[in-house]
Amino acid sequence: MKVPYSWLREYCDPGMDPAQLADRLVMTGTEVERLDRIGPPSAEGFVVGKVVKCEKHPKADRLSACMVDTGDGERPIVCGAPNVATGQTVAVALPGARMPNGEKLRKAKLRGIPSEGMILAADELEIGDDHEGIMELDPELAAGTPLSEVLPLGEPVLEIEVTPNRTDCFGVHGVAREVHAITGAALAADPWAEDAPAEGEGEASDYASVTVDVPELCPRFTARVFTDVQIGPSPLWLQARLAAAGQRPINNVVDITNYVMLLTAQPLHAFDLDKVPDGALFVRTAEEGEKMTTLDDVERTFDAETVLVCDKDGPSGIAGIMGGQRSEVSEGTTRVLLEVACWNGTNILSSSRKLGLRSEASSRFEKQLHPELCMRAQRIASRLLIELCGAKMVPGTIDVAAEIPQPRRLLLRAERAEGLLGMRISQEDQKTYLERLGFEVQSTGGDLEVVVPPDRHYDVTREVDLIEEVARVHGIDEHLPTTLPAVGGAVGGLSREQRLRRRAEDALRDLGFDQAVGWSFTDPGEAERLRIPAEDPRAQPVLLANPLSEDQSAMRTTLLGSLLDIAARNVSRGAGSLALFESTRVYLTEGTGEFAGDRPAPFAEPHRFAGIAVGPLSPRSWRGGGEAADFFALKGVLEALAQQLGIELGFAPTEEPFLHPGRAAAVSVAGVPAGWLGEVHPLVCRTWDLEAAVAFELDAAPLLAAATVGDERYEDVTTFPAVYQDLAVVVPAGRPAAEVRAAVMAGGGDLLRAAEVFDLYEGEQLGEDRKSLALNLEFRADDRTLTDEEVAERREAIKAKLGEIGGALRE
Amino acid sequence: MLERIEEIRAEAAAAIEGAGSSAELEELRVRYLGRKAELTSILRGIAELPQEERGQVGGGANRARKELEALLEASAGRLDASELEAKLVSDRIDVTLPGAPSRRVGHSHLISRTTRLLEDTMIGLGYHVAEGPEIEHDYYNFTALNHPPGHPARMLQDTFYVQSHPDVLLRTHTSPMQVRSMETQPPPIFVVVPGKVYRRDSDATHSPMFHQMEGLAIAEGITLADPQGTLLAMCRAIFGPDREVRLRPHFFPFTEPSVEVDVSCFQCGGTGELASGERCNLCKGQGWIEILGAGMVDPNVLGFVEQHGYDAERVQGFAFGIGVERVAMLRHGVPDLRRFFDNDVRMLEQFG
Repeated sequence: MKVPYSWLREYCDPGMDPAQLADRLVMTGTEVERLDRIGPPSAEGFVVGKVVKCEKHPKADRLSACMVDTGDGERPIVCGAPNVATGQTVAVALPGARMPNGEKLRKAKLRGIPSEGMILAADELEIGDDHEGIMELDPELAAGTPLSEVLPLGEPVLEIEVTPNRTDCFGVHGVAREVHAITGAALAADPWAEDAPAEGEGEASDYASVTVDVPELCPRFTARVFTDVQIGPSPLWLQARLAAAGQRPINNVVDITNYVMLLTAQPLHAFDLDKVPDGALFVRTAEEGEKMTTLDDVERTFDAETVLVCDKDGPSGIAGIMGGQRSEVSEGTTRVLLEVACWNGTNILSSSRKLGLRSEASSRFEKQLHPELCMRAQRIASRLLIELCGAKMVPGTIDVAAEIPQPRRLLLRAERAEGLLGMRISQEDQKTYLERLGFEVQSTGGDLEVVVPPDRHYDVTREVDLIEEVARVHGIDEHLPTTLPAVGGAVGGLSREQRLRRRAEDALRDLGFDQAVGWSFTDPGEAERLRIPAEDPRAQPVLLANPLSEDQSAMRTTLLGSLLDIAARNVSRGAGSLALFESTRVYLTEGTGEFAGDRPAPFAEPHRFAGIAVGPLSPRSWRGGGEAADFFALKGVLEALAQQLGIELGFAPTEEPFLHPGRAAAVSVAGVPAGWLGEVHPLVCRTWDLEAAVAFELDAAPLLAAATVGDERYEDVTTFPAVYQDLAVVVPAGRPAAEVRAAVMAGGGDLLRAAEVFDLYEGEQLGEDRKSLALNLEFRADDRTLTDEEVAERREAIKAKLGEIGGALRE
Repeated sequence: MLERIEEIRAEAAAAIEGAGSSAELEELRVRYLGRKAELTSILRGIAELPQEERGQVGGGANRARKELEALLEASAGRLDASELEAKLVSDRIDVTLPGAPSRRVGHSHLISRTTRLLEDTMIGLGYHVAEGPEIEHDYYNFTALNHPPGHPARMLQDTFYVQSHPDVLLRTHTSPMQVRSMETQPPPIFVVVPGKVYRRDSDATHSPMFHQMEGLAIAEGITLADPQGTLLAMCRAIFGPDREVRLRPHFFPFTEPSVEVDVSCFQCGGTGELASGERCNLCKGQGWIEILGAGMVDPNVLGFVEQHGYDAERVQGFAFGIGVERVAMLRHGVPDLRRFFDNDVRMLEQFG
């Protein structure tokens, strides 16, 4: 909402400069986005002039050589406007005047003729966009009169961001009331206090009729009729105000409707009564699929919820949003029907969204205006139509109204404001602030009884709303004490899961991985690029109904896609090696999320840890290294992560569509599936333009549930010494190491505390299809020192267990 | 015989002292003290000498032997030290070559770090950390937060909806967890809710996905002065101990009164002017930076959880929401919101 300062001051002059006022507004809850200045930076050098002589320029057809009386004598001015003529009263910029773009006007010679100034068109002062010709001023004005006495020059404009609750501040008068409230400066009488004289013939109902089929969507429809209307341009002061407020002047009738809307926040619409058959208007909802061409020359199609204003020939406007072309006011209009209506805000909001059509009117109506405002606007507009268009108002107002809401009465209890705010505001001050804001206030038994004015009816509905009003006018920044709440016994902290999640993230970081934060959205084609078959649940993501683009229309079901995206982007920017992880959620259509609250989350949102490595994990150096990370490099990372959490991960061969079929493992923890690890399928790598990559994705829940870190129990490892032995085992080449280890552990029984594979050998001397694994064993008992016999016995048992899986000790 | 012993001793002593390497020394040891050495055979042959010579020759030979042994040892020590020195000198390395790289050093994402900073600050003030769904029911995101269907305040947040679920959306703020938390825990409640939020908007200052942290404090006797103190403490933890905050009235549907909170600019100290006299570019000369929205929880919101013990006449409290990216941008000078989600490792590796 743009508020020209001079217009504001007409209703409330705060007696301070605009910047000061802007600060005060900001600190009391009215956001001032900008403070602009329209037109020249200073009024100096702009005067009224009289064209005394006007001749064609001898050397240029389009130019006129004029003599202009500017009060201090006559001066030559060359003018390019086609409409300049002797006898005109015009606006003149003298040499030295600063134009709106900041340039200083200088004396010049145009095609040999001196020119000491400039005769101005409206756009040159930024009080309109008319450059067709120069402005003609009131001939009564004396030459040399400072132009600023006639037109606003260098008009400061406050651009206010109105919050949706403050419909009143969508009008200059509402802002003036606000200024009155926060500064205490006097507020002028309500501009709608006085109605216009009705001097037309007959009764409004003789000329027009209004039928409202949908009173719930149109709580009030008022109409007045004007005859003898003379269409023409608006006076300059009106044009200047509209221009400063960001509206283009059109003609006097349309300008008046816009002007009154900008003043009162109540939109109006003028019909050419002669283009409304029989003057009969009907308000109804549209037929499904009904069409109409709006003022902006676009054919619109409606659904059955859109409310239309129709005449006997069909729709003539979309209620509260935009008028139609058919009955638009034009140059030939002599009789005007002025509609001022009140619409259902929710319906207007929904229709305007569906049509993708927002207007100054709809943006006000959608926030729900009070039916009471209609007559305010009728009264002001009527006076202006008579004054500026020579119109006659026909007596009577057509007023089709559903029940108008009773004024709201609220009780503001004596101690309540202090109880909520923590600062004391005397009841006298509370009363003053509310009255300045337009509320009627009476003290009753220590409390205040408050009547809410119509333009705050939908905003101020409860005691707490009144408290906010008095708090902000009183000055929160100045008066509010600073305290901390008494938290009682509350002790803050992270949950076990949150603590462990942080630990896992830190572990991955300390293992050399950079944390990434990828988009939750992806494109529905990602699953296919990952070779995930359509029937896989991971290929059936939650889809958005209104995505910004197809690329961001599906919620990701795996973190792999965005890690590949991020890796590919970095590689294309020259990164040689990458190790990235992400710790966040995926979104699954199967299952529901487990979160606090009475209603389960619509979808499951399990937290995941995922990582990707491209190129070496340990950097290449002059000493070697730099081998690209492979399956085992990342498996080592996961094992280190597992140690940080105090869990043991299981790895079993698996297949995932996006992984190398021979280099993929299903990861489990305590027998519960927890995700996958593997080298990314070469075809998937190719799709992402990566040479090779290895990745993992783990569900946080089973990992964190199994975690023992923080809850470890002391184990005595010093009283009785351990026996360490190495063991070489020859097994068939296809026998997984995990099975060999399991056999060793089974044979070792309780005494065998650890068995780790530390070497792998495959060679001819073992025979075909055989491999040798070397394991390091730790035997220990809690209650005694082990004897050689006991250990030898266990070794025999291990040998037997290995025999069962086709293995033998290599002695 | 004694003369011969003296000759051998003198010859050997000279040779040992003149030895230039430990190998040479070893050779001399064998020559003069070895099994075949003359001195050794003299000692061995003592028994065959006449009784009266035995004592003199044996004593002389033993003395000579001990003296030579001592000399050998001393020379060996001398030679070892000098040879080691020579060896070490020849073992010299180029200390200017790069060190052997340890594993890579990983980095936390700035969003994650900033979120933790915010969480930890609030934990210190007695808050718990709660997390809620990102794909949420309209009810929690809007209706229960005093945005009835068709309410224009819904327009403030352009919302992503889920296909074929008209009442399911991507949460536009972390606020839905206010009601979820209150449904789960009776008052008093002190909780913060970090997480991803979504709005249908994309440019340098708007990202369709970003991060917020919600705060909610409900108990008996909480007033608007309490968020002022709480947010002052938080802003000081984030932006430095000298910061001040100011509360400006604003409008949010789910708080009443509502305020926007500004923190005094940490670049210019709130003066709006840099030491050089130039206008502060961070706060644009204002001295204040808008940092978050807050307010007293609207009684209508409490009305949705009245059956869970939230009687608006008995308990009241405040809520706030702070943008994680905004804090990170301000603290670390990141110019564009979109950089956070680009994940360029050259940026990731700038931050610990």
